[in-house]
Amino acid sequence: MTDIRYLAPSTLDEAVRAFAAASGAARILAGGTDLLVQMRAGIAKPGTIIDIKKIPELTAIEDLGGGAYRIGAAVSGAVLAEHPTFRKAWPGVLEAVNLIGSKQVQGRASPGGNLCNGSPAGDSVPAMVAAGAVVTIQGPNGRRDLPVEKVPAGPGRTTLAPGEIVVAFTLPQRPKGSGDAYLRMIPRTEMDIAVVGMGVNLTMEGGVVKAARVGLGAVAPTVLLVEDAAKALIGTKLDDAALEAAAAACRAACKPINDKRGTIAYRIKVAGVLLKRTAAIAARRAGGN
Amino acid sequence: MNDMTNKWIGQRTIRPDGADKVTGRAQYSADFAMPGMIHAKMLRSPHAHARIRGIDTSKAEALPGVKAVVTAKDVVDFPLDKSVMLGIQDMRWMCRNVMAREKALFHGHPVAAVAAINEEVAAAACALIEVDYEVLPHVIEIEDAIKPDAPILHEWNKFEGKPSNIAGTMVLKTGDVEKGFAEADVVIERTFTSRPVHQGYIEPHACTVSYAADGRVTIWSSSQGQFMVRAMTSLLTGVPQSNIRAIPAEIGGGFGAKTIVYLEPIAVLLSKKSGRPVKMVMTRDEVQRATGPAPGSLSTVKIGARKDGTIVAAQGTFYLQAGALPGSPLRGPVGCSFAAYAIPNVLSVGYDVVSNRSKVAAYRAPGAPLGAFATECVLDEIAEKLGLDPLEMRLKNSAKAGDKAIYGPVFGEVTFKETVESILHHPHYKAPLDKNPSPGVKRGRGVASGFWYNAGGESSVQVNITEDGNVVVTTGHPDVGGSRASIANVVAELLGIDHSRVSVLIGDTMTIGFSNLTGGSRVTFASAMVATASTEKVIGQLKERAGKIWGIDAEAIKWEDGMALPAGDNAGKFPPLSLKELAAKANEMGGPIGTQVQLNTTGADPGFATHCVDVEVDVDLGIVRVLRYTAAQDVGRALHPGYVEGQIQGGVVQGIGWALSEEYLYDKNGRVDNASFLDYRMPVCSDVPMIDPVVIEIPNPKHPQGVRGVGEAPIVPPLAAIANAVHDALGKRFYALPMSPPRVSERLEQP
Ligand SMILES: Cc1cc2nc3c(=O)[nH]c(=O)nc-3n(C[C@H](O)[C@H](O)[C@H](O)COP(=O)(O)OP(=O)(O)OC[C@H]3O[C@@H](n4cnc5c(N)ncnc54)[C@H](O)[C@@H]3O)c2cc1C
Repeated sequence: MTDIRYLAPSTLDEAVRAFAAASGAARILAGGTDLLVQMRAGIAKPGTIIDIKKIPELTAIEDLGGGAYRIGAAVSGAVLAEHPTFRKAWPGVLEAVNLIGSKQVQGRASPGGNLCNGSPAGDSVPAMVAAGAVVTIQGPNGRRDLPVEKVPAGPGRTTLAPGEIVVAFTLPQRPKGSGDAYLRMIPRTEMDIAVVGMGVNLTMEGGVVKAARVGLGAVAPTVLLVEDAAKALIGTKLDDAALEAAAAACRAACKPINDKRGTIAYRIKVAGVLLKRTAAIAARRAGGN
Repeated sequence: MNDMTNKWIGQRTIRPDGADKVTGRAQYSADFAMPGMIHAKMLRSPHAHARIRGIDTSKAEALPGVKAVVTAKDVVDFPLDKSVMLGIQDMRWMCRNVMAREKALFHGHPVAAVAAINEEVAAAACALIEVDYEVLPHVIEIEDAIKPDAPILHEWNKFEGKPSNIAGTMVLKTGDVEKGFAEADVVIERTFTSRPVHQGYIEPHACTVSYAADGRVTIWSSSQGQFMVRAMTSLLTGVPQSNIRAIPAEIGGGFGAKTIVYLEPIAVLLSKKSGRPVKMVMTRDEVQRATGPAPGSLSTVKIGARKDGTIVAAQGTFYLQAGALPGSPLRGPVGCSFAAYAIPNVLSVGYDVVSNRSKVAAYRAPGAPLGAFATECVLDEIAEKLGLDPLEMRLKNSAKAGDKAIYGPVFGEVTFKETVESILHHPHYKAPLDKNPSPGVKRGRGVASGFWYNAGGESSVQVNITEDGNVVVTTGHPDVGGSRASIANVVAELLGIDHSRVSVLIGDTMTIGFSNLTGGSRVTFASAMVATASTEKVIGQLKERAGKIWGIDAEAIKWEDGMALPAGDNAGKFPPLSLKELAAKANEMGGPIGTQVQLNTTGADPGFATHCVDVEVDVDLGIVRVLRYTAAQDVGRALHPGYVEGQIQGGVVQGIGWALSEEYLYDKNGRVDNASFLDYRMPVCSDVPMIDPVVIEIPNPKHPQGVRGVGEAPIVPPLAAIANAVHDALGKRFYALPMSPPRVSERLEQP
């Protein structure tokens, strides 16, 4: 067995330096629930593993006020669930993060890992896209911010440059009357991969949709921001016609493949069904906020 | 024996293997290690179908750390023209299953094996083996395999004079079906398909093997029969049985599939070549690709009935997907499908169809669920058409004692009606069901029944009294479902002692007499029978000893509450002698106390089951969920109710997976695309409700405690029961399994 170097730097600078120095032979380790599985399967064979969980900024959760939050990329689902205020502010993001795996997996799995793993079916990603999350990235050339939907590049690929590490997700402030939700279709009740994942984030005023964002997963090479669906909802009272128009926009956005997890026809159909169901939950939550 | 006065039989005692299992001490097959042990890996075919022109192992052998390489030429060959049977297994197929010979017949078929200082080196060496394959067209599905122009797996196999993938047939017949159908008022004929499903045991196949310098072999492995491991390994390696000691490890599930070997003979050959103990452990991926699932099926069932619901004729044609080598369990659907019913005219025909997928292995009531799926769905349709309650219709047609079963024997007792009646009168069946609970959600209820033969067979046991007056029972059957706990209950009951004083363990092939496989729902039946006989002999010995001590005839002594007592006043007055006291005096009174009994047990009556299920369908997504499930079965006697219920619940859950979510997916090259528990979707806990078992106890008169088999009948009805419930919910019949969300969704869009 070839030896693997394990590093656990305590600062981001150190991590970035080590990551860049390894020039491609290193992998970032957050929870490891993707990385270790891939190593065992022989798909990933890193020479160096850089564990980022010792870096305070990557495991912090900050309440920035007005509904805005900064979540360290390596925060585990279980820790996020225990945060005193986050649950109320972003229930859709939280439920998406908490859908990942089982109780055991939740103790480790992070939203940063979910995003950087590059799976189009990652559960937290559509919810983050709907939330309008911005990711902070640090690399050899410094820091930059990017809308979350710009990170995935295709199955297993991201737009991160060599040596770049995702530091945190920033969720924006939102007015009162906002709510988000995430639903996924899986054949089983748990321990399964999304056939379709749907995140919807709404701001309502007097029963009318003022702002909307729709994130759609598992139906294309990357998670999609479906702007046409959002447009179909904005200005409506979420009547049947508006929901059907938004569902149609979601169906139109799908570019799925036939694979072991679902057929093209089925995925397209489900995207429309989930839009309606998820929007209804988000609207209910918006009403309560 | 079967009454309220029982102290242990019928109690939920703590299982003897429980503490070890929950504290991680139990030794499963991958847990053994030996000094100097090396590790082996299998090289498996990347092709679904390919002729093997040659294998060059020289580079692998030259790799540092490699200790031995084995290919088919090291395995004993069983020529194609002469069948050699071991139980129901034909060694011609077994020798080709453990190592591909002329051809690689499925993706994952072993073609060579390497033993090396560790698994990584073994895997690296596998990659250095050069196999010259001539890739051939492949065929997976039954429909394709029986087409006239299908790629032929075995050129030597002929059907109706031509090379064919139909490798065997079975026909059972009574009366004249044509005449019967002519007399029917309603005749319904439907065709059904189902996919192969894996047994899904948690523990992958594994073994540790030592071939010692004196030619003696020790095998540690988990299986459903250490004697099967010994016999098959002997046949495939040429090592005499008397030189093989097969030691059964704890087993993490088998469900039938561990009634054959995959690794042990290969590990023996590697150990022999290398002179080192060899350990071999499959990955989940290997288990899914290369070990036996249950067959898929293509069945046509036609049933004719009179207006009053009397069935007058039934015909079944069952094509089963054997996998790469012959051996589908045809007797399952052919013999069981109609067995519970008194039908004057029956024609039941089975075809064994080979195709390029892993060879099937036994799976709980092998083949029977596939037959019941077709038959019980057609019955439901007939009942619907005639406006009859489906359970009343089953009652009306139940077979009776004295009827000749289609598969040969004359039925003794038939307790089918009792299972139907118990569902008919169950609160579940009477409970109102809101069929439209909310928009887009539909609910439905379905019922179905099932039949399984059950079995007896060879069983050996020893009952020994320890010097301190406790009991050690050794049986020859691996305990898959709690059989040790049941045997402890029986022996404690007979001896009238506390349950905790009885230890039950499983002997290896050199310490206990021949015992047949743990399978066919036979082990508790057979081992309780021999344990009873053996314990009664021990009680006889104990009475003799007491007689010697008291100077009276053993006949004048009775055994009660763990003590010898004078049988009556005439026998004289003596203070009772306890088991402990008799054990303490054993050596001065004639020697150690203990007996063994070995029998070919008979008298296992068939098992009947009737199930009722409520489902809920998410119409827009096509998701079917099981809401409530009640399963009634006549078990004869529940020696340990907890494990009887566990068998029923487990069978039902596996049936739910079969009906709703489990299937193998192949890519266009005939490679399995979902060889993991993530994508091979067995139900998880949250997918199923608590299954409610209704344990009916009508004692089997041919068994000392009244036991019938339990483990298999419960997997027979679920496929049909769920399909019937989905029909009740949606008004559409499903003729193909699994009823997975995309399939249900597609079907709902059809007219
Ligand atoms: C049993 C099981 C069930 C699962 N169920 C689900 C599920 O339901 N839904 C789902 O979406 N996923 C599921 N997963 C996949 C996995 O748990 C998630 O993708 C999880 O979010 C990964 O997070 P992690 O912290 O463990 O990532 P890791 O495995 O540590 O990392 C994943 C990848 O991202 C890279 N990476 C991690 N963090 C960073 C960073 N900050 N910057 C740059 N690169 C980084 C790593 O190098 C690696 O390539 C499951 C996995 C298992 C084992």
